[in-house]
Formats: sequence, structure tokens, C-alpha cells
Amino acid sequence: MWLRQPWPWYVAGPLIGLTVPLLLVLGNKTFGISASLRHVCAACIPANIPFFTYEWKKEKWNLVFALGILLGGFLAMTFMRDSTAVTVHPRLVNELAGYGIHDYSSLIPGELFSWQQLLTVRGLIMMAGGGFLVGFGTRYAGGCTSGHSIMGLASLQWPSLAATCCFMAGGFIMANLILPFILSL
Amino acid sequence: MLKYLLAGIAFGIILVKAELISWFRIQEMFRLQSFHLYGIIGSAVVTGMIAVMLIKKFGIKTIRGEVIHIPDKKFHKGNIYGGLIFGLGWALTGACPGPLLAQAGGGATVIVITLLSAVAGTWVYGKLRERLPH
Repeated sequence: MWLRQPWPWYVAGPLIGLTVPLLLVLGNKTFGISASLRHVCAACIPANIPFFTYEWKKEKWNLVFALGILLGGFLAMTFMRDSTAVTVHPRLVNELAGYGIHDYSSLIPGELFSWQQLLTVRGLIMMAGGGFLVGFGTRYAGGCTSGHSIMGLASLQWPSLAATCCFMAGGFIMANLILPFILSL
Repeated sequence: MLKYLLAGIAFGIILVKAELISWFRIQEMFRLQSFHLYGIIGSAVVTGMIAVMLIKKFGIKTIRGEVIHIPDKKFHKGNIYGGLIFGLGWALTGACPGPLLAQAGGGATVIVITLLSAVAGTWVYGKLRERLPH
């Protein structure tokens, strides 16, 4: 059934795009997810840092939206799951086999992302290190894929175009030049 | 607040069903091995752009009747440096902040560590902010 199968890009893309007008019409909210990380800092560990001393409660909707994404992830993975293996480009399968990665049963490779892997150098770099770069980079850039690449580009803001190009450049550098070394650790 | 929770739930479901939470799909994108994510981001931007144009053209208001306002983003060097840093993290974790939340909710409990690291990264940025080029 279509609910269980992965959705094609031309269905998923427009649905994601509709989040922009949805949030605007619901309450003048600009789509963006990484800001929720800042609100968590402001709520839990502001430490008198000016960047975290603001009325985060006014931005509570963003935290509720983030919580919703978490729940949505749970619902989709529990009730709308596709039991067949993930199809991946043969060249990538080949490349990953060289690093001992063979498990395609989940969208998130268990051989790289698991509690056991967290105790390895590779796992620590990928999960803890990667997360740190995501948090630091998105805030420094003033947004992530949602805030800049979707919301920003949709409202024709050129700083968002600059940021999006840099997201892609960073991704290409990591995936092709640095990740091979990390995966072989 | 319930409406934002429901919007988040819908968005989280889309992220999973579009395989945007897949580490493999992100790797394919950065190796130019699949059109999938380019198609998603491209069609999402076009849809959002048309919607924003329609909102402006017809002066569509919020459900409470307020005028819709989209704040302008100002360019600063952080868009470049921060963008590159986030890009590195994006390809490592195979996820941006939204998909990280959906992954953690979807049963990959260890991703909570990635999320906590992302909070830590955000905090360190806030701490160093005045000393970084903007």
C-alpha cells in the first residue's frame, strides 16, 4: 500500500514546501527547525550568555513543532514502515562494503549508528562530532535546510542562497574527501 | 499550540516517508548518485515560492486575521562559515536537525546523543559568538 512504501520526490517535495504557507497562515511563523536548539539552550543552560537571554517562551511553538516531528517519526516508523530493504545506488553499496557496511535493513545503518558504535572512535566522531558540527554550524549560519534552503529560498532571500550553497559544498567535501578516512577507522 | 504539534507530526511523517532521514540517501546526494533529494528540495522550494507569492499577491491573512510578515534575513559571513560547518556535519550524521528529531523518535535512540551534541554545538556558538567573524 502507498502508505507503507517510500514516497517519490514529487509527492514529498511539494508537501514539505506546503509547510511554509501552513506555518505562516497558522500564526505568522517562519519555518525553521534549528532555532529550537537555541531555545533549548535558552531554556536550560542560558549561563548569562547574551545570545541565550531572551524570552524563549515566546518561541514555544517552535519547540512544540520539534516535539511533533519526533512523534511523527515514531508514528511513521511504527505504523507506516516499509519492511523491504533500502535500495541504494550500487556504487555506494560497493564503496560501503569496503568499510564493512552491509546492513540495508534500516534507513539508519545500525553498523554506524548504535549505542555500541558510540564507544568506537568512528561512532563517536560520526554521532557526537557530527551533531556538534550540525548545532554549531546551523546557528552560525543562522538556519538549517528548513530555515535557509526551504523557507529562505522560497521567500527569495539571497543570504539563504549563499548559505545553501555552503551547506552543499560542506557536504560534498565531507562525503567525498573526509568521510572515507573516518569510515575506515 | 496543538496546531503546531499536529503540523510537526505531519512533517515528521513526511520526513520518514520521503526517506529524508536516511543516511544512505544523503550519501547518494553528495556523490551525485541519486536525484531523489535534489527533486525533493527543488520541488519544496518551488512550492513554497508559489505559496509565498500567492500570499503576497492576494494579501492572505493568518487564521486570526493578522497580516502575514516574513522577516528579511541579513547577509553575514556566518552564512558562509557556518554553512560550510553545517554541511560537514550534515554529511557525517546523514541528517539535518529535522530528520535528527524524526530518527530519534523513530526508534534510533542513540540519535539522542547526536541531538544533545547539536545542543552543545549551538551553546558553544552562543558562547563564542562575539569572537567569531560575522
